[in-house]
Amino acid sequence: MSTHNSKKMMSIIKYKDKACGLHCIKVNNLTVKLGTSTILEDINIHIHCGKMTAVIGQNGAGKSTFVKALTGEIPHEGTIEFKDKRTNCDSKLSIGYVPQFLNVEKNTPVSVYDLAAASISRYPAFLPRKKALREEVKDMLSLFEATDLIDKPLCDLSGGELQRVMLSLSVNPVPNLLLLDEPISGMDDNGTRLFYENINYLKNHYDLAVILVSHDLEYVAKYADSVILLNKNVLKAGTPKEVFESDEFKEVFGHISFGEVSDGSNI
Amino acid sequence: MEVIYNILEHILPFSWIQYDFMKNALLAVLIITPLFGMIGTVIVNNNMAFFSDALGHSALTGIAIGVILGLVSTDISMMLYAVAFALFLNYIKGKKTASTDTVISVFSSFSTAIGLVILSMGGNFSKYSSLLVGDILSITFKEILMLLGVFIFTVVFWVFFYNKMLVISINETLARSRNIRVKFVNNLFSVVIALIVMMSIRWVGVLIINALLILPAAAARNLATNMREYTLFSCIISITCGLCGLVLSYHMNTATGPSIVIVSAVVFFMTLIAKPTVKG
Repeated sequence: MSTHNSKKMMSIIKYKDKACGLHCIKVNNLTVKLGTSTILEDINIHIHCGKMTAVIGQNGAGKSTFVKALTGEIPHEGTIEFKDKRTNCDSKLSIGYVPQFLNVEKNTPVSVYDLAAASISRYPAFLPRKKALREEVKDMLSLFEATDLIDKPLCDLSGGELQRVMLSLSVNPVPNLLLLDEPISGMDDNGTRLFYENINYLKNHYDLAVILVSHDLEYVAKYADSVILLNKNVLKAGTPKEVFESDEFKEVFGHISFGEVSDGSNI
Repeated sequence: MEVIYNILEHILPFSWIQYDFMKNALLAVLIITPLFGMIGTVIVNNNMAFFSDALGHSALTGIAIGVILGLVSTDISMMLYAVAFALFLNYIKGKKTASTDTVISVFSSFSTAIGLVILSMGGNFSKYSSLLVGDILSITFKEILMLLGVFIFTVVFWVFFYNKMLVISINETLARSRNIRVKFVNNLFSVVIALIVMMSIRWVGVLIINALLILPAAAARNLATNMREYTLFSCIISITCGLCGLVLSYHMNTATGPSIVIVSAVVFFMTLIAKPTVKG
């Protein structure tokens, strides 16, 4: 698939306000405790629309917990505010989510259409499908050229195909915050690059902020606007350059050199 | 009631239809099997087979509690216990601390054992043994109407919550991000299963009920590639097997529930063989 084409499609279908930079999401004193152990402690983060923030850290650093706390799936202390700077009003934060994996076993008879239709419509997915709804789902999938996958069962999709489907879903309706949870596992290099290109496009053309939980430091270095190094609390936050050159980073990941590290000015 | 009986006698050219108990059983099968076929699809998709099994067994404990309390109708204690048990199991499942299957199994056996001990006090368990395999031939017309009520309620529930349950079964965080109240929907579905299982347990039987819930959906899974086919196939298989089982049990003079299960299992194996050709 070519990114070019999908961009063209996207501008035809749903072109929302370009990122205005005037919305911000503030995470204040976020703490998550599970039983007696503290998974996340006193996280304070500030995110603007139109920016991609990558959350990195080793396994068990609390990255996935952070995502679940943001969606409200697990209880947390502290607050998550969503502010419109023009009016200075708090509004409800809507979230689009791309999961790390889906728990669909082989043989599960859920097609791409089923999931998409069940997500965007109240019309029960077990009843005969409606033509209009099917067209709507097709439109939605065309954002990332996933239209051909509409009748495929979810369990038969490749990693890249699933990613495109989930991305299309996550921006319908366009959320304030796009949350991506380590979505690059099981993808080849080309697929990963395309995925980052797609997010980059979304963040530049839609009025949304992106938080990406990632293992792929090389791509984070290249695409992220800011990076948060997490290990129970925020060890270091800043531009990719600042974080990657910090002592904290070297302590966690050792010395790694990258060809191209963004200083956050490539927006 | 007479009208329905007359219609049945006129349209069905079988000798067994002259008996009222067979007419009732036929009507009951026509309500219970599509109901089970329908909810079975979600139970299987959500990996809740163990859960519905545990619920079925909890009927014994619920009845036992009713007996101890000296209730006239043990149905009420059975329902209440099942609902409480369902919510409790859901709570345990949500904890995600230990292997859910094991924990459910432990509580289920414990609860069943308590029920059996109480019911067998004084050595008259035989009074309750019909609960184990159920007796659909003893259902009355009034009870059929109650089942019909449950059926209509479930269809309404389905229309409103099916999409939400579908998204939850795919990924809970995804469901959460789309503003679906995951815990609420899960609890509600558990309560619905509990009520359906309890409403039909006397006719279907503790030992059989889970097979009737799971087998049609499991068979349909082998053939379906989307949720419409899945639900449709599951209901068709469930109804067909139910009717075949009923007629077979009449001619062979066997218990109805287990006969239906055997037919369903045979159909399941057939779909297993057909799967490679159907799904490619």
